[in-house]
Amino acid sequence: MPILPLQLDEVGVDIDGRRLLDGIALTIEAGPRTVILGPNGAGKSLLLRLCHGLVGPSTGTVRWCGDDARQARRRQAMVFQKPVMLRRSLRANVLYGLKLQGFPPDQRHERVADALERTGLTSRADQRAVSLSAGEQQRLALARAWALAPEILFLDEPTASLDPGATAAVEAIVNQIHGAGTKIVMTTHDLGQAKRLADEVIFLQAGKVAERTAARTFFERPESEAGRAFLGGELMW
Amino acid sequence: MRWRVAISAMLVTVTVMAGQAMAEDRHIVLASTTSTENSGLLGAILPLFRAESGVEVRVVAVGTGQALRLARNGDADVLLVHHRPSEEAFVADGFGVERHEVMYNDFVLIGPRDDPAEIAGLDDASGALARIAEAGAVFTSRSDNSGTHLAERALWDAAGVVLDGASRDWYREMGSGMGATLNAAVAMDAYVLADRATWVSFANKRDHTVLVEGDPALFNQYAVILVSPDRHPHVRAEDGQAFIDWLLSNEGQAAIAAFRVDGQPLFFPNAGGQS
Amino acid sequence: MQSPPVNPTLSVSPKRVEPRCVEPKCVEPKCVEPKCVEPKCVETESLMSDFVQAFGLALHLVASFDPELVDIVGRSLYVSLSAVAIASFIGLPLGAVVAVYRFPGRRAVVVLLNALMGLPPVFVGLMVYLMLSRSGPLGPLGLLFTPTAMIIAQAILITPIIAALAREIVRGLYDEYREQLCSFGARPRQMVLTLLWDARVGLSTAVMAGFGRAMAEVGAVLIVGGNIAYATRVMTTAIALETSKGNLALALALGLILVVIALGVNAVAAMLGGASTRRYA
Repeated sequence: MPILPLQLDEVGVDIDGRRLLDGIALTIEAGPRTVILGPNGAGKSLLLRLCHGLVGPSTGTVRWCGDDARQARRRQAMVFQKPVMLRRSLRANVLYGLKLQGFPPDQRHERVADALERTGLTSRADQRAVSLSAGEQQRLALARAWALAPEILFLDEPTASLDPGATAAVEAIVNQIHGAGTKIVMTTHDLGQAKRLADEVIFLQAGKVAERTAARTFFERPESEAGRAFLGGELMW
Repeated sequence: MRWRVAISAMLVTVTVMAGQAMAEDRHIVLASTTSTENSGLLGAILPLFRAESGVEVRVVAVGTGQALRLARNGDADVLLVHHRPSEEAFVADGFGVERHEVMYNDFVLIGPRDDPAEIAGLDDASGALARIAEAGAVFTSRSDNSGTHLAERALWDAAGVVLDGASRDWYREMGSGMGATLNAAVAMDAYVLADRATWVSFANKRDHTVLVEGDPALFNQYAVILVSPDRHPHVRAEDGQAFIDWLLSNEGQAAIAAFRVDGQPLFFPNAGGQS
Repeated sequence: MQSPPVNPTLSVSPKRVEPRCVEPKCVEPKCVEPKCVEPKCVETESLMSDFVQAFGLALHLVASFDPELVDIVGRSLYVSLSAVAIASFIGLPLGAVVAVYRFPGRRAVVVLLNALMGLPPVFVGLMVYLMLSRSGPLGPLGLLFTPTAMIIAQAILITPIIAALAREIVRGLYDEYREQLCSFGARPRQMVLTLLWDARVGLSTAVMAGFGRAMAEVGAVLIVGGNIAYATRVMTTAIALETSKGNLALALALGLILVVIALGVNAVAAMLGGASTRRYA
């Protein structure tokens, strides 16, 4: 029972009395890699958290297909800009999500081994997660998400503080996850990365969706004024 | 689930411990004054009683006032204290069975050797206190409703000295036990009233010494009382009475007389009196 | 320590040694001669010598396995470790729950916990005494003047300390973990358990703070324990007793041993903590 498409219907989010997202109407479907772009403060991260359920809508509705909240929670995962490393071994980090999401015990160890293998962390499985470098930590976060085999994976600027080598590794893993059938929704402020990864772009401006187009279209001739200004480097915030 | 197991395990432990506390081998709780415990008297004579009777005496050493309070609440089986009026009231109020005099010693007035109030050798304790007040020399008082404190207040009354706001400069209310008050007196070069037993066995005398003694008003009688099992049914009356009988017996009296510190007897048995 | 060998004021006539003085109100015949100023020269012992003596005494007591010392040390550890175990069992989850759960009055609970950290031991001792006294509601249990009563008093004293510190520590980790745990779909109960486990290194500090307070505490255990030799005497009450007897050097020696024990327990805890960190973290 798929949980996609995800439907946002006229959603607004107020935080401390300020409207940070307004009139968001989106349908997110399985398939293409969706990249959310926009100047700082446009609400990119907030939109991801709203979709993932970490923030509730102030107005409007966020609806997963099937309307089973528990099922929807289980079938999605998120990777944060600053990965949260549980104070445990790498193996235990990956295992933790599987336990919490109710994977049967006989499947867990295989999944852990698999995820660590694919992210190149097998040899370090018994080290403490906090001892990893920033790039390795982000790979572990990806392994942790991947082990859950989610239907949709949200990534919030996953390479914002990584060097080019670590960034390339993360992008490669994201593509593998996508290749295995997981819907990717990510934010970035790295236009090069967006060009490399995006199939479609959602462009946010001041808490509203200014434009949603295929990636190629967006980078070649954006439909919105704001999109053009953003690509031209004129719009700083 | 695991929590529930742990909680029940703890409850069981507490219950077992409580059970043990109740079922332990024979013992009584003796509420006594610090002088009998700190001087080492009880440490010397209680093993003799235990050897004979098999009853362990657990001593809670506090001031006479607190000891009486504990006994009133039923938290002791036997009282060994030294303030006759309070003891008689305790028995009269039905908390104690009977008051038996056991032994006596005396209070002594202690002060620094250089003796600024010039009381050394006086045979009149009240007169000495009057001189201290006159000289405004520092005096440390226990001020804790102990037997010693009550005796001291009686001496001030006899001396006609009114302790009020004006006396605060030199009259220091310590609110402490005998030992702590002696430590303070030594540190402050102050005069102090103490029972002889505590003073002789006190190890921090430095240059303090006994200046006034021998006044009949300094007489210090100790008495023993069984807490009334009518008032507090859990009182271990049989073993308590056995202890009292032993204290008053020739054997117990001889044990008290035989107790010495530095060759000095500190308590003088005089069983026979009662009220 | 230094009681003068000759003290004329204490000389006794043989009559006073009699086992029974028949006249109850007799006052000891004192040496009649007027109080002489003691001839012996007044050597005021330096307080520093007490420190030197204390070290020697401490070494001697430990080296000779003084049975009374062993008894007291054993009871101190038994009472304080039991109290810490109970206080941790209550305080750690309580602190974590207050850190994670949102419920009405949560702020009030936090303020209360912080305030209770400063509970005066004597006050706690008095409350427990009133509860456990034969005349009190729990009197029939017969727990007064037993080690169990001391454990109860110390547990009451240090539970707020452990809970308040645990809340602080768990809160810090929760701020970091919250989104990730929500993303995994963790429920509050699971979050509490996860945070307690992952914060174990910091929480061991909270537990040690509680243990330190318990070991160092004297007011409460004195009231509910009674400082009964071989029954409820612990390090701190023994120190208080020796001080009141004027045995300052012995009191200091016991204090030194107490410090060493506290250090030892902390070192053991640090080693265990280090081992668990290496294994699991």
